[in-house]
Formats: sequence, C-alpha cells, structure tokens
Amino acid sequence: MLFQRHPTFDGGVHPPQSKALTADLPIRQFPFAPVLNIPLNQHIGQPAIPVVREGQEVERGALLAKPDGYMSVALHAPASGVVRRIGLMPSITGKMVPGIYLQPFPGATQEVQSGQPCNIETASAEDIIQAIQMAGIVGLGGAAFPTHAKLKAPAGKHIDTLIINGAECEPFLTNDYRVMLEQPDEILTGIHYLLNATGCRRAVIGIEDNKAAAAQALQTCLSGKHTSLTGKIEVVVVLTKYPQGAEKMLIEALIGRQVPRGGLPHDVGVVVVNVTSAAEIGRLLPRGLGIQERVITISGPAVNKPGNYRIPIGTPLRFALDYVGVSDSITEVYLGGPMMGQALPNLDISITKGTSGFTAFTDSQTTSPHHVFPCIHCAYCVDACPMHLNPSQLGLLAKHGEVSKMAEDFHLFDCFECGSCAFVCPSHIPLVQQFRAAKAEVRKMAAVHTGADA
Amino acid sequence: MSALNKTLQIRTSPHLTAGYSVDHIMRHVAWALLPTCGFAVFIFGLAALITLIVASLTCVLTEHVLCKQSGKISSVNDYSALVTGLLYGLTLPPGLPVWMVMVGAIIAIALGKFMFGGLGCNIFNPALVGRAFLQAAFPSAMTSWGPAMASERFSSVPSSLLAWPFQAPDYSSWADGVSSATPLALMKFEQQLTQHADLLSGMTTGSYGETCGVLILAGGTYLAIRKMLNWRIPLAIFVSAGTLSAICHYVSPELYPGAIFTLFSGGLMLGAVFMATDMVASPMTSKGVIVYGVLIGVLIVIIRNWGGLPEGVMYAILLANAASPHIDALTQPKVFGSQSKASSEGPE
Repeated sequence: MLFQRHPTFDGGVHPPQSKALTADLPIRQFPFAPVLNIPLNQHIGQPAIPVVREGQEVERGALLAKPDGYMSVALHAPASGVVRRIGLMPSITGKMVPGIYLQPFPGATQEVQSGQPCNIETASAEDIIQAIQMAGIVGLGGAAFPTHAKLKAPAGKHIDTLIINGAECEPFLTNDYRVMLEQPDEILTGIHYLLNATGCRRAVIGIEDNKAAAAQALQTCLSGKHTSLTGKIEVVVVLTKYPQGAEKMLIEALIGRQVPRGGLPHDVGVVVVNVTSAAEIGRLLPRGLGIQERVITISGPAVNKPGNYRIPIGTPLRFALDYVGVSDSITEVYLGGPMMGQALPNLDISITKGTSGFTAFTDSQTTSPHHVFPCIHCAYCVDACPMHLNPSQLGLLAKHGEVSKMAEDFHLFDCFECGSCAFVCPSHIPLVQQFRAAKAEVRKMAAVHTGADA
Repeated sequence: MSALNKTLQIRTSPHLTAGYSVDHIMRHVAWALLPTCGFAVFIFGLAALITLIVASLTCVLTEHVLCKQSGKISSVNDYSALVTGLLYGLTLPPGLPVWMVMVGAIIAIALGKFMFGGLGCNIFNPALVGRAFLQAAFPSAMTSWGPAMASERFSSVPSSLLAWPFQAPDYSSWADGVSSATPLALMKFEQQLTQHADLLSGMTTGSYGETCGVLILAGGTYLAIRKMLNWRIPLAIFVSAGTLSAICHYVSPELYPGAIFTLFSGGLMLGAVFMATDMVASPMTSKGVIVYGVLIGVLIVIIRNWGGLPEGVMYAILLANAASPHIDALTQPKVFGSQSKASSEGPE
C-alpha cells in the first residue's frame, strides 16, 4: 500500500474530541458516599436475587445478590457497611427499580474480602465462564450485557476471534484510555482468561490513533511480561472516527467482516469485549473478587474538577457531582458522553456497572434549541451514517408518520442511534429523536397486532 | 449544593452538532459566486450590475411576500432566495430588458420553488425554471446578446435594458464590443471556432456569468473544500461531456468542437458547478450523483451537437432534476451487513 492509513469503516463523523480535559489525569480513588444505592439490575437480563437482609452488616466485596439464571450476574458489596433497606430506588428510565441501600461504616478499613481464586493454568472454559458470571462482570463500555453470556458460541456457530474494544470514540470520555495506560498487565491477563474461555486462537485489541500511548503501553507490556501471548494478541491502531467503538464498526475495521443485518458478532465468528471489562476480569478473577467499583470519567465544561475516578458502584450522582464541584450555570448532565449519552432529568440515580462516565454542560456549550430548517437534501447524513441508511428519507417519512414504511423499506431497525446524522444535519432536524419515536410506534403496532391475533 | 438542585434540561442525544446550518451554507454559496458576479460587471458594466441587483431583490421580495401571504414565517433569512436570484441573474443574456428580468425572477421563486412547498421541496432548480420561462416566453430577447467589453459599458446602459414592458427592445446601441454572437452560436451556425485563449479568459459574449470558466471553477473549488458542494457532480459532467465531445470531434472535426471548447463555452461551467449541484434538486446517494452528472453531460452534448439549439445546459439540468428522485430510488445505499462477508470465513 502506497498510503499507509489506519483501518476504519465507511461513514462516521469527527466530533470535537474534548479528551484533553482528562486524558492526562491518573485514575484517583473516589470517597464513599454516606449511602450507596445499588440497583439489583445493573445488567441486561434478570435482576440479581438479594442474599442479604435489611440490617445485616456486610464486608466490602461480600456477595450482596446472586445471579437469577444464566442471563444474570452477581452483585457485590462496594463497601463494608450495613444494609439499611432493600426497596425501590430511582433509575435512569424514570421507573423505580428494586435495589439495596448500603450505608458504609465511616471508620472501617474497607479491606476487600477475597474469594475463591480462578487459576488460569488449571481452570476449564466452563470454570472461567462461571467465575466471570460470579464476579458480576458485564459490558463496562455502557451496554452492560453480561460478559459470560457471550463467551459461549451458540450451537452451529464457531468463534475464532476475540476483539477487545479500546476504541473509546465518545467525546470527553477517557476512562478506557486511562485503564489501558495504567493497567495493561491486568488487561492482558483478562484477555488470557477470555482466550481460554472462548477457545479463540487470536485476540485483536482495537485502539483509535488518538490514544497511541495506550497502544504503546499494551504493546510494551505484551512483549515484556506476557511473552507467552505474543503470537496470539495483536494491538491494532484504527482511525479516530466516531462511532468507531460500535462493535459492528470495530469488527469491520479490524478484520474486515460485516456482521449481517439483525445479526450478532457470533455470526461472523467474533466476540467483542470492552477493554475495561477485560481489565476487570484480569484484576478480579485471580483473587476471586467481584466488581465493587469501576473507573469513570467525570468531565464537561460545567465540572470544576474533571477527572478519571475509581468510584464505588452505587455512588449517587448528586454526591459525585458535589465532590467534583459544578459551575452554577450547569444546565445538562449526560450519562456517558454528549454523542450517545442520555440527558438526566435529575441527579437521584446512582453509578452502575454500565456507567462509563458522565458529562455536565452549561447552556452555551451544547446544542441550544436551533431553528429547524426543512431538509435540503444535502446528503451529509447519508455520507455520515455508518450503517449506510438514508436518514434524510427516514426523516421525511417520520414527518409524515409513515413508520411502517420506515421499518420495511428504509431499514429503520438497523439504526443504532449513534447520532452521526443529527450531528451533521445543517437543518438541525432531530433525526435520532424521530427514529426513536418511530421505533416505539412500530413496536407498539406489532404488540397490538400480536395481541389481536392471540 | 445549590447548583445541583437546578432543574436540568432534557434533550435526546446527540447533544453536539457539527455547526453547519442552512443559512451558513447558502451564504457561502453567495460568497463563492462573487468573483463570477464581479467579472460579469467587469465585462458587461452597469448592465450586469443592474440586472444582478434587480434579479436578487425581486427573488428575495417575492419569497418574503409569498411567505407573508400564506401565513408562514418569512424564510428570506436562510439566504436561499438570494442565491437563486444571483444564479438566475448570471444566466441571463446581457441587455435583457429589466422588466423581463423581474418577471422571470418572480416565476423562479413562485413557480419554481414556492409552489412545490418552498425550500427543500422544489423538484427543479428555481433559477433555471425562471430562465426556462423566459426562454419560452421571449425567445428572441433571450437569444440577443449584448457585446462584452463595450467601451461605454461603465457610463451608460444599452437601451434594450430599459425597454418598456411589451415593447420591442432596441439592440442598436453598444455596437463596438468584442462580438455579439456567442461562441456556441458562431460554432453552430457559422462553423467558426472561438480561440481557446478567449474562452478560458472569459473575453467572449454570453450570459452575464457564464463566460469565465476559471473564476467559476475557483468558486466551486472553495465550496467543495468546505464540503458545501458535491464535487462528484461537476466532475461527472466534465468527464462525460468532455469524453463524448472528444469522440464526436475525432469522428468529424469540422462539424463538432473538441472537449476544451465544449467545457468552456456556453453555460456548461456555471451550470455544472453551481446549478447542477443544487442540493435540493440533485440526488443524494454517492452512486446517484455520478449517474446524474453523466446524464447531464451526455444530454448537453446531444442537445448542442444534434439539437436545434446552440446551447443545452439549462434543459439538460432540468431534465436531470426531474430524474433525480428516480435515480435516488434506484441507487439506495446497501445497508451495512446486507451482503455479509460470510461467517464461514475461517481465521487467517
């Protein structure tokens, strides 16, 4: 090749990265909140079943709730303290969800209780998968899908490649970057476990080229401490472009396979695991621990002390923001970054395993409500859509309420709401919002339809 | 804690925008047209200045009045009417009576744009709709070309410009210009080829804004770099029109002009760079714009070489505008994962 370019995918956009605010700040330990609110369902699937009762004293790292079936993971005490209450608590969706209110002991040493270690030399694939479930590990990139549940290929499928997602394409977030810089050893150990669990012969770590230092750290650690894995693990630098961290985009960029429409990475022989999930596996499994805390980025122009923090699960957002300090002109808080992050109606929810960070903004820095122009067919959205949809056409159909046409003829359900189209739209049409509403409408129609048939 | 008790705003993601907006794009198109407008004033003098001002003002006023009439918020702030007015003015022949300029401008906005539903809904390029109307209504006035570089161009205006409505315009003044026949008419009717040097420098007669291809290309390049113009469209037109006319020229050099002449004569440059690229009326898909550009290029050469008219850019673009929804429908992008590179693919 004449021009050596980092691999990438078609489409995508280049939002301002804004990572410099926190990229060079080492991970710091966050203090314990007076009360930790720990929802039982921090993952996709069945909520965990509490194994503690109200008033019970628990040690840090002790099991709080056990998995309810295969699509569920365990939950551990983020602090030594007393279970104040098991009841409902606010969640991001606006619904109240069941959870455990844990009050940490103020003077406790907060030493972590160790469990049954999972020995990488002797453990079978089944053992590792179970250990991952019992450690409470889910997709820490934000999806919160139970990691163990995707490690076993469904019948008839063969998994040959493990992809470790270190793309971190969302603006402002630097938590994965810091983990890669500070815990390369644990990431590689985690990958070792994952390779053994899946039976894959190779793992590819994908990192955007704006995080070259992270790729360097992993490469150095690989050739220094993990020589047994050198032939199996490859660190690949991909082009910095949003949404490179979407698993379909990353798989295409790294190994040139396209996940079929409506399919999963399994369908092209791949498992994708977030780099921080891999680090947690490598950190927790050798000591038999479970997740009690996670690394998050708290950033944004409205935050006084932006940074990367190791924060106990269940820390209320209000406590976290109070600790880092916010500007008086704060108007918006997003769970995650500003491209895909959900705007929070209030600060009464808490940090869960899927929280990769949050960003706070003042009015002047975000999209203050713009005048919406008619679509001028500029095709910016068509060029930006990583799924190769036609957002302009979908938007016009949405305007006229033609939701079934959107779903059937224009592939509405292939949209994963990355927001690239709305980001580039010069007419400021709220495309993603229209697509979400249309999807809900189609689902409702389908539900009514099946109801009528039954 | 006071800041944390404020009411937070909720919106759906994404919360960032790239910072483009429609008025911003239209303003840049207007900037990019300025060199061409300036050159028009340079070679055609006051007549060009008056025509461009009248055309733009009439378009903007028409848009404003129509919006008010139909109870909408006036959309003149998006600058699209101004761009239409400038483009329309640049396509008119020098010396065209001012009242015709106004009629065409009203038609451009009212019939070409507003009747379809305003910005974003028009099927055809509004400026060309206005011009097509004039071509049909006043064929003789639309094919009478005032001369370029007339000596008194900055001190007076041709008498035809100020003709009363429905009176035959008088073209007798301004006789000492470069030539009062366009290079295309000379080619078509007298088999007389204009020098390439004159074509490239724009020192020929023709519509106000079409003579200097180099300045048009410069404006287009500026827009293309700013991603406000799809460069594939003009490129497809240049390649297709150039190739086809080169073939014709090779077969019969005395009948048909070569590629350079085709590209730099008549309205091809202005049409390809600023008219065919009208975002609203051109296709959206990356394959579609190529088909669209090739269609325009081929139609231009067909009309010029074998049609009754010396020039075919306007009709070629209008026909392709009509085809563009169909081109879009036939060239929809392939959804990610619809032609999956098989799961059977083993590890490398």
